Amino acid sequence: MSADVDLDHVTIRFGDFTAVRDAHLGIKGGEFFSFLGPSGCGKTTILRAVSGFLEPTEGDVRIGGQSMRGIGPNKRPTALIFQNLALFPLMSVADNIAFGLEVRGVGKTERRKRADELLDLIALQGQGDKKVSELSGGQKQRVAIARALAVEPEVLLLDEPLSALDLKLRQHMRTELRAIQQRVGITFIYITHDQGEALTMSDRIAVMSQGVIQQVGSGADVYENSQTSFVASFVGENNPFVGRITAVDSTYAVVESSFGPLRGRNLSGLRTGDQAMLFVRPESLSYLNGGAAPENTIQSTVVNSEFEGSFFSVFLQGEGSKSIVMSMTNSGDLPAFEQGAAATVGFQADRAVVLPVGEVADE
Amino acid sequence: MTGFFRRNGIVISTYLLLAVFVWVAIMIVLPQAYMLDFSFRFNLPPGKIGGPEDVYTLKNYRYLLFGRPGDEAMFNVLHLTVFLRTIIASIFVTLINFAICYPIAYYIAQVAKGGQARALILILILPFWVNEILRAFAFRILFGTSGVINAFLQTFGIIDQPIDFIRADIALYAGLSYAYILLMVFPLYNAIESLDHNQVEAARDLGSPWWRIHWRVVMPHAKPGIASGCTLVFMLTAGALAAPQILGGPSSFWFTQIIYRWFNTGGNWPQGAAYAIVLLLACLIFVLTVMRLFKVSLGEIAK
Repeated sequence: MSADVDLDHVTIRFGDFTAVRDAHLGIKGGEFFSFLGPSGCGKTTILRAVSGFLEPTEGDVRIGGQSMRGIGPNKRPTALIFQNLALFPLMSVADNIAFGLEVRGVGKTERRKRADELLDLIALQGQGDKKVSELSGGQKQRVAIARALAVEPEVLLLDEPLSALDLKLRQHMRTELRAIQQRVGITFIYITHDQGEALTMSDRIAVMSQGVIQQVGSGADVYENSQTSFVASFVGENNPFVGRITAVDSTYAVVESSFGPLRGRNLSGLRTGDQAMLFVRPESLSYLNGGAAPENTIQSTVVNSEFEGSFFSVFLQGEGSKSIVMSMTNSGDLPAFEQGAAATVGFQADRAVVLPVGEVADE
Repeated sequence: MTGFFRRNGIVISTYLLLAVFVWVAIMIVLPQAYMLDFSFRFNLPPGKIGGPEDVYTLKNYRYLLFGRPGDEAMFNVLHLTVFLRTIIASIFVTLINFAICYPIAYYIAQVAKGGQARALILILILPFWVNEILRAFAFRILFGTSGVINAFLQTFGIIDQPIDFIRADIALYAGLSYAYILLMVFPLYNAIESLDHNQVEAARDLGSPWWRIHWRVVMPHAKPGIASGCTLVFMLTAGALAAPQILGGPSSFWFTQIIYRWFNTGGNWPQGAAYAIVLLLACLIFVLTVMRLFKVSLGEIAK
């Protein structure tokens, strides 16, 4: 069983500090939904409000249409996976998994049976009698998931559970988490500051900054059609160009930057004369020396290039020492980017977005 | 050993070894060995010590068990009763202490915020700047027939006649519980403080009621602290002298008071030594049993 989760104008304050400001969104049953944002953006606070460890100052959290006000974490149809997993080190693996059942008065043999089934699900067959400390990081991770799933929650809440793992394991666990979610079919709410995790696993993502939900949408949506300067700069890499808008039409706006006029999609209805930021992604830039006539061109010089395997990151310097990053697929016939060489780069207007000037994630 | 000297230098190494030797050998082992030796000897006048009559005997231990030879009773009922009562009452006091201190320790360690926790610890410590005798007499004022508690109860018409808390030993148990309360609070606090609060929340999130969180998560984690606190309180309570002397009722004797009398007014050191050794052994057995029961090792207690 999976349940919808609705945040109905949720505001959470700690004294004078507003941790979450008017969060209003609906998460559909069975959805893999992520809250993505830098640390301190309020995403964990939202998770604690859904799990019941704190109450919203204003607004309401509804699970399956029912208001959760006054209902404690032990009475909610949610299960939380903690950042540090919080497995019980003094209990065996099977006892950890079956703890929620023990609490519910399930008998010993039945408990063991359920634990063994879940150990099958997480591919740890026959390891129920081990101590938690005997497991590897990835195995502990899976035990934490099994422990949460044992109580058959309608909503599983995950608080950056992969952050303690090394890179390889983290990538493997992404696939595994997604697979488990599809197998059990319940709602997953996932908290992370790692956009890679959010983009690969989620059906939809809410990008947060300073307690405010900036944008909700699919991974592709927040990446391609960022609605705020924060989203554009936080999700993936982006090159911002600041300037005043000199012309607009139904789809595009022209920003007068230090590189001359640059055209991009006008997503938020900006008007001539407004200060704006144009964002273009490194992979949307192309190297134009001697090539076809571009829609937007930028004159720059090469600072250096980094070999990343499947692609090159080329660092360019333009007017006013502004740095620009371009990434180029390692196609085998790339020119040598020599330091100091002149480089003309360009991009399609459709591949750039023009947004109001605002907060930019510093990364 | 050479590694130890190289690491710490000759001066510090020598000091450390000497200090440990003085502490263990001269201050702990030697006097206790003397006591043990005393307990197996006759109580002889100074002139006969070292003479032909100065031989080892089990007489002092026999006396605690069976009394004087030729007594009517089979056993030394009086002293054995006091002994058993002391042990049982000490267990009782230890349990009361645990029941009082566990919630306090949990609150300070897991619930209270930084400044609040420090303030609470200070409040707990401050009364112990007052010396033990004064605290015991203060309890007399509290529990006396015309004391604060009786006056309070009578003023509000809850009782007609004053309750004799001292004769009922309530004052004694209260005083003993209070005397060593810190030695229960701090080991518990230390142990509970090191518990990751996420574990408490995880248990709660999985649906656990509060009592099961304590039973299955907090207490197992705090086990070394519980064992450490209980052994300290038990040992010190069983060996307490001031509180029983001052707060004990006319009919209730603490075993230490008998020991004290043998040494002091009785002038019979060998007999006192034997009694003290028996008390020590009883305490050790109790502690080892508790440790076996809770499956804790000595190393964990010292944590």
